[in-house]
Amino acid sequence: MRSRSAWTIFWRTVLGRAYPRIIGAQREKSWVFFEIFLPLLQVTAYVYIYRAIEAPPEFIGFVVLGGAMSAYWLNVLWSMASQLYWEKETGNLELYIVAPTSRMAILLGMALGGMFATTLRAIAVITIGMLLFHVSMTVRNVPVLLGVFLTTLVALYGLGMLLSSLFLLFGREAWHLSNLLQEPVSLVSGFYFPVRALGQVVAAAASILPITLGLDAMRQLLFPAMLGDLRFLPAEVELGILAGLAVLFLILARRALAYFETLARREGRLSIRGQ
Amino acid sequence: MRANGSRSEALRSLRVAAWLGWQIESNWADPFVFAIYSLVKPLAGALILVFMYAVIAKGGLQSPLFPGVFVGNALFIYVPAVLAGISWTIIDDREHYGMLKYVYTAPVNVLTYLVGRGVAKTMVATIAVVMMLLLGTLALGVPIRFGGIDWPLVLGSAMLAFFGILLGGVTLVTARHNYGVGEAVAGGLYLLCGVVFPLDTLPSWLSSIGRAIPITYWVEAMRRALLGERTALFSGLSNGALVAILAGSTVVLAVLAVLVFRLAERRARAKGLLDMQMMY
Repeated sequence: MRSRSAWTIFWRTVLGRAYPRIIGAQREKSWVFFEIFLPLLQVTAYVYIYRAIEAPPEFIGFVVLGGAMSAYWLNVLWSMASQLYWEKETGNLELYIVAPTSRMAILLGMALGGMFATTLRAIAVITIGMLLFHVSMTVRNVPVLLGVFLTTLVALYGLGMLLSSLFLLFGREAWHLSNLLQEPVSLVSGFYFPVRALGQVVAAAASILPITLGLDAMRQLLFPAMLGDLRFLPAEVELGILAGLAVLFLILARRALAYFETLARREGRLSIRGQ
Repeated sequence: MRANGSRSEALRSLRVAAWLGWQIESNWADPFVFAIYSLVKPLAGALILVFMYAVIAKGGLQSPLFPGVFVGNALFIYVPAVLAGISWTIIDDREHYGMLKYVYTAPVNVLTYLVGRGVAKTMVATIAVVMMLLLGTLALGVPIRFGGIDWPLVLGSAMLAFFGILLGGVTLVTARHNYGVGEAVAGGLYLLCGVVFPLDTLPSWLSSIGRAIPITYWVEAMRRALLGERTALFSGLSNGALVAILAGSTVVLAVLAVLVFRLAERRARAKGLLDMQMMY
């Protein structure tokens, strides 16, 4: 009986925390607009750079796909990693802590809601990008493509849950760290060019970020030109690594949440605001 | 006497705001970490361009377009820092720290206070710009003439502060969730002002919009100042004409910015927006 009740509370918490992102985030029209418009602006600028240097048309597609996937990375940074910092600033974090529920359920709700809301924006970025820049994609293997995409999301949001626990200790550093992790990750994950251009060592190191492998694999499955000299690893291998990363990050997130919450309680950092 | 008093109040506001801004920008980390933080982000942005050119462009980094693109991208660091920086100051002071109402009740000149906060962001941006230009010269072979900079061309930079105040006025009467306005404007300018590709690469209607934006001429002026070369599109424009365009647009922007800001301020007071907190 007790176990069933805990299970019910867990899923109600997941749904409760996902709700503002699935429903609430769509009500704020200016957010929807900016979250589509800002990545599109970036994509457009990079598309014109490639046009100026007369790049092959596939590279325009790489940029559009990279721009759409960047929406997920931004969501992980600002709405997962930094989220508990915002909650601290607005006074919600104490309520999370005293509520009789699992903090993992709260993080999971944030992640599922974020995935849903960001997917709507990513679809918009890809659709508008394809129409504006006449990008053609060839879907060669739908099940593998879907597998890569979903596994990338699970691993990426697992990383977000891990970072969220870590950021629990931070004050303003959380904001700055999220800000800092935008362009460098765009660079090392190859958002706007094939990651292989960075060399095998850097690409291998960057593979700790699920979006690096996910993007490389999806490009292989959507743009046959990637199958030549441009891919980093075969898509099937990347899918296997992504699955491993997904499991690893979820386990680490669970442990990190317990550890950092205890540490933050001891050091009295859970309720400090304006730090 | 009164004019002297307001001048000294304005200067004091500027100085104190610049100091406060510097503290807010930098004191969350030790100086070493802060220095790394200030450099890594722009460096990564520049390296994305470097790799795009290295992988694709004919001739790689020896492409004739690359020096202008690299310098344009490095200098553009100032644009979001000042533009988005000033409008973000209003959001931060109003909604995060809850201090904007106290700024208004203190003997402070709000306009120079905001410019002062922009100065702090400009200082951080300057560190990054200088490091980027050094990287370009020393590691990538970008021929920057540090010894022969054409300084009159640099004067148009003041224009950015007035753009910032204009955007600050808009922010005064909009809610926190419009934080994206600054980024959107900066992103739009990045695209439309020929920063990272020649302006005539854009469709003609977009290129025409770009040619109507003063920042396009600022980017061109800064390229000429640092590289001594003209882009093909503006090759017919003399340096004197460029300085005149920048001076004229700075004066127009200054008048417009102060006017819009004062109107927005009046509206914000009337509607009780100076201490608005959205709590999200």
